[in-house]
Amino acid sequence: MTRIGTMWRKSLDGRTAALYLLPSIILFSVFVFYPMFRTIYLSFFLTDQTGNAAIMVGFENFQYLLGSSEFQNSMKATGLFVLYTVPITIILALFFALLANEKLKGIGFFRTMYSSTMGISVAASSVIWLFMFNPSIGMFNRLLGVMNLPQIQWLLDPEWALLSVSISTIWMNIGFSFLILLGGLQNIDEHLYESSRIDGAGYFYRLRRITLPMLSPTLFFIITISLINAFQTFGQIDILTKGGPSQSTNLIVYSIYREAFINYQFGTASAQAVILFLIILVVTILQFKLGERKVHYQ
Amino acid sequence: MKRVELIDVSKSYDKQVDVISNINVTIEPGEFFVLVGPSGCGKSTMLRMIAGLEEITGGILKIGEKVANNLTPDKRDLSMVFQNYALYPHLSVQQNITFGLDVKRLKKEEQRRKAEEVAEMLGLTEYLERKPRELSGGQRQRVALARAIVSETPICLMDEPLSNLDAKLRAHMRSEIRRIQRSLGITMIYVTHDQVEAMTMGDRIMILHEGKIQQIGKPIDIYNYPANPFVATFIGSPPMNLANGEFHPSTSELVINNELRVLVPIDEIGKLPRTSMTVGVRPENLHPTTPETKSENVFHVEVTNVEILGNETVFSFKLGEEEWMAKWSGQWHIDIGDRLPVQMEFESLSIFDEQSGELIKKTIDYGNYVTKQEVSP
Repeated sequence: MTRIGTMWRKSLDGRTAALYLLPSIILFSVFVFYPMFRTIYLSFFLTDQTGNAAIMVGFENFQYLLGSSEFQNSMKATGLFVLYTVPITIILALFFALLANEKLKGIGFFRTMYSSTMGISVAASSVIWLFMFNPSIGMFNRLLGVMNLPQIQWLLDPEWALLSVSISTIWMNIGFSFLILLGGLQNIDEHLYESSRIDGAGYFYRLRRITLPMLSPTLFFIITISLINAFQTFGQIDILTKGGPSQSTNLIVYSIYREAFINYQFGTASAQAVILFLIILVVTILQFKLGERKVHYQ
Repeated sequence: MKRVELIDVSKSYDKQVDVISNINVTIEPGEFFVLVGPSGCGKSTMLRMIAGLEEITGGILKIGEKVANNLTPDKRDLSMVFQNYALYPHLSVQQNITFGLDVKRLKKEEQRRKAEEVAEMLGLTEYLERKPRELSGGQRQRVALARAIVSETPICLMDEPLSNLDAKLRAHMRSEIRRIQRSLGITMIYVTHDQVEAMTMGDRIMILHEGKIQQIGKPIDIYNYPANPFVATFIGSPPMNLANGEFHPSTSELVINNELRVLVPIDEIGKLPRTSMTVGVRPENLHPTTPETKSENVFHVEVTNVEILGNETVFSFKLGEEEWMAKWSGQWHIDIGDRLPVQMEFESLSIFDEQSGELIKKTIDYGNYVTKQEVSP
């Protein structure tokens, strides 16, 4: 009896901690853990129209996917999309952040402008880009026309569609990356720059030996977030191209959506989701293993 | 070993109020010059103007014989130690020390040799591979110092370099910095708010208040002959006691705070203003009475607070509205509420003009001299 009593008293801290964790555990369970395990479960089944597991097929869903040219194409498109958007977004955002970090009169205006794309929803900005990409009334083709250049079928040409979507995605994502990087830049102690100025270091020397190393934790964070976001792109595809033309912009999350809610193949859709999860997991682990060595935490 | 000259230097933000005005001073080659003042007096701004980190909005700054107003910081031939040390957290101690040499594209071999030399001098040799975050406050301070020394510039600026250290380490680093400055013969301009640092380190010190020079001089001269009541209370611990004084020609007495009467010697009468004045006396010049004490120099006070600091005793008492303090050497067993006789001579008073604050009458020289040299047989 007394032993149970002391146990109960000893675990007071633990019980308090559990109580504090409870709200997030409940929320995570409902919105993250349950769907995740349900997805893994479903990926081993064929399902009926309402999404209930019908026949257990083991790894057949995965086998089918890995052999399917459609899925391979979707993977390739996703890979290209990540490659097009992530580096360019971060380099541009870094460039703008460096510009906006200078102490000039009215710099607040530019900071607001550069980060403003963060305030527009993916749906709204996609609609704007849809108009701009329009072959006959869109701004881009008008501009090309003025300069006497051949017209481009931005979203209708399989060669151009992925690039067009990438361009609009870069524009949408720059605001967030810019804001995070600017925050990182402003966190760097001003005295470091003053000290280096007394030593006579020029702008690019300072950039290379102070700014970039000091910014590396922020850069690491934004690269990780951007990679994950790029792998999970959905909204702009749905509005701009619906995965077309001829599957050229059928990114993996869009493909999952189509498989599940248009073809009602919840089993294979779940299998795709599991594969995407594994890819993101591996990429993130790799990034931590390789990238973190170059990151200088204070 | 270069001269630094400021001629009528001033600084204003947005062309409005001057935060610093009319600074005229010449800092001699190899001198240890201390800028001291309460926080917000403009001393750091002045240092940053010399460094080239702040624009000079008026006057001329000369470094060596050259006008330096528009030179970039690196062309001014100086090094600077910052209050927070400004060490690069991502670089090792050695890389931190050689940062400036690397900027100047010195050979790697040469960089390493110099870094090791300086590290040896400051006892940092075993820490060269560490990152700043793995060092203690004192060691970081040394790295900052090493960075300034390794650049071999003739002028070194320091902005409150010791304020982040604990008291014991601070006392040690005071003498260390002084020793290094002497042995290298650098011209040092040192900013501090700590009057002890100013008194112990400076060849000369400049006292700044609200952007204006209060006094420039040797520490001991400033202590003995403060130019105005501000300096009198800023330098010295406990500060100089101040009170309002009035001269009564009929009795040739100086009445301090309507309470204390001091007889003025005949030959001093002519020097005093006819109206009221500010009278100051250092706490150590309020002595205990001895059998030889003349009774007209004695007054009685009621003790309001006592502090015994080992071999000296500081007590406070009320004199009219003002609280005064007295410092007696030795241990005195005094209780709060005691009435004590205190001796004060007219000679020990500093008298300031009430309006301008200008010093009218100096105290006499209390300095001691070693008269007999002991020769060992």
